[in-house]
Amino acid sequence: MMHVNFIHVLSLFCKTFMIVFLIIFCSAFLSFVERRVLGLFQNRFGPNRVGWFGSLQLIADMIKMLFKEDWVPLFSRKFIFIIAPVIAFITSLLVIATIPFDKNFYIINLNIGILFFLIMSAVSVYSILFAGWSSNNKYALLGAVRAIAQTLSYEVFLGFSLMGVIARANSFNLICIVNSQKYIWNIIPQFFGFLTFIIAGLALCHRHPFDQPESEQELADGYHIEYSGMKFGMFFIGQYISLIVVSAIITVMFLGGWNGPFFSGYVWFFLKTVFFIMFFILLRASLPRPRYDKILYFGWIICLPITLLNLIFTAFFILLI
Amino acid sequence: MSIQYIILAIFTQIRSIFLTMKHMFAKRETRLYPDHSVYLSPRYRGRIVLTKNPDGKERCVACNLCSVVCPVSCISLQKSQNKFGRWFPLFFRINFSRCIFCGLCEEACPTAAIQLIPDFELSDFNRKDLVYKKNDLSILGTGKYHNYNFYEKTGVYNQIDTSTKNSAHSIPVNIKDLLP
Repeated sequence: MMHVNFIHVLSLFCKTFMIVFLIIFCSAFLSFVERRVLGLFQNRFGPNRVGWFGSLQLIADMIKMLFKEDWVPLFSRKFIFIIAPVIAFITSLLVIATIPFDKNFYIINLNIGILFFLIMSAVSVYSILFAGWSSNNKYALLGAVRAIAQTLSYEVFLGFSLMGVIARANSFNLICIVNSQKYIWNIIPQFFGFLTFIIAGLALCHRHPFDQPESEQELADGYHIEYSGMKFGMFFIGQYISLIVVSAIITVMFLGGWNGPFFSGYVWFFLKTVFFIMFFILLRASLPRPRYDKILYFGWIICLPITLLNLIFTAFFILLI
Repeated sequence: MSIQYIILAIFTQIRSIFLTMKHMFAKRETRLYPDHSVYLSPRYRGRIVLTKNPDGKERCVACNLCSVVCPVSCISLQKSQNKFGRWFPLFFRINFSRCIFCGLCEEACPTAAIQLIPDFELSDFNRKDLVYKKNDLSILGTGKYHNYNFYEKTGVYNQIDTSTKNSAHSIPVNIKDLLP
């Protein structure tokens, strides 16, 4: 019979709830932040009418989204149609549980932490496939096909690019990986792994320039063309959550997580994550969308060999030392 | 695809990212219109008005040239005559929901009565509110041409206009003179 301390369980619950709530709030707020920052890059103002410098734009968007007609098409497969945005929302949110924000501030300490991230990124393909197929719309189906081809070809080296880090840390555990970077951050010995992981991560959360599934100019909105109201909102927020998750994973894997002088761990983690989110927004502002086949070509011909070579050399040096 | 090409391609991408980042410190180009009013040049073709002579009488002689020249046929008016034989518009309507603000009516007007002024704030909630009547169009001033008085140059002679000297009518034409 295990002794269960009630207060301990309560505090754990509160911590988990707080982290999840914060992440969801941040990712919703990120939609406003992104528009402002994009405006900054493009010499214009973003939303600046509602509230102080537009800070209440999030609430205005929420009200609009809640009062929109939440229409399920009559020609769709209803159950799959409804379950798809839920999968998109949940899969990236679950990864948050494994990310250590500080030495003692995490939800669970999984031994297979990074594998869990890879699993969940693989499962997130289902949300797009379900959404595109069940909409019974040709644009949606084309968007889903594109998304799946892209995600499958980029997931191969999403895993490979992390293998060098895992080999260095000798563990899948995210906390062990952060601890292995006490003296030198992985960005220096694993620079090519870092580059390819950024590219694969961008493709994973369907951000520019890898936004093939949603390319508005060609496909009218890709896989979520038939979605409206809160179902669309879940896809939308899910994308921002996955952006936060990828940034946090980059921070943990390559930038030494919470390590850093002067400030406490949270602050460093927050700063590094925000830096990468801003970098992704900068990428969105500056790079055009490549042609569809070129993306696949780039993934298979350039990125995959780079990650494999990176893995081989890392293994070589580890065996040497 | 040579190695040189790949390296060059990578560097152009990095360069474009850097150039976009530099715009962070540039001035924003957006004009916050309702907060800061816009300067429009006097020749801007905005709202259409009907102006008056310097002596305060209406310029329009209901010649219908504006209505004829209008490419979208948004001007409609009807001629009437006062007891001195001068023409004036009985009604004058401009449908601003059709108007394209081309300014051809202003070009065609022989008396400089109809003028386009720099005012573009014309929006309305109902379409029928955009049909401007003579009352809505008329202004008290002379518009852009302050000293131009149509009846000083030409027009029907009017007995009560003793104050203004009608040059065309007061000096009779000497038909035996050979001067141009």
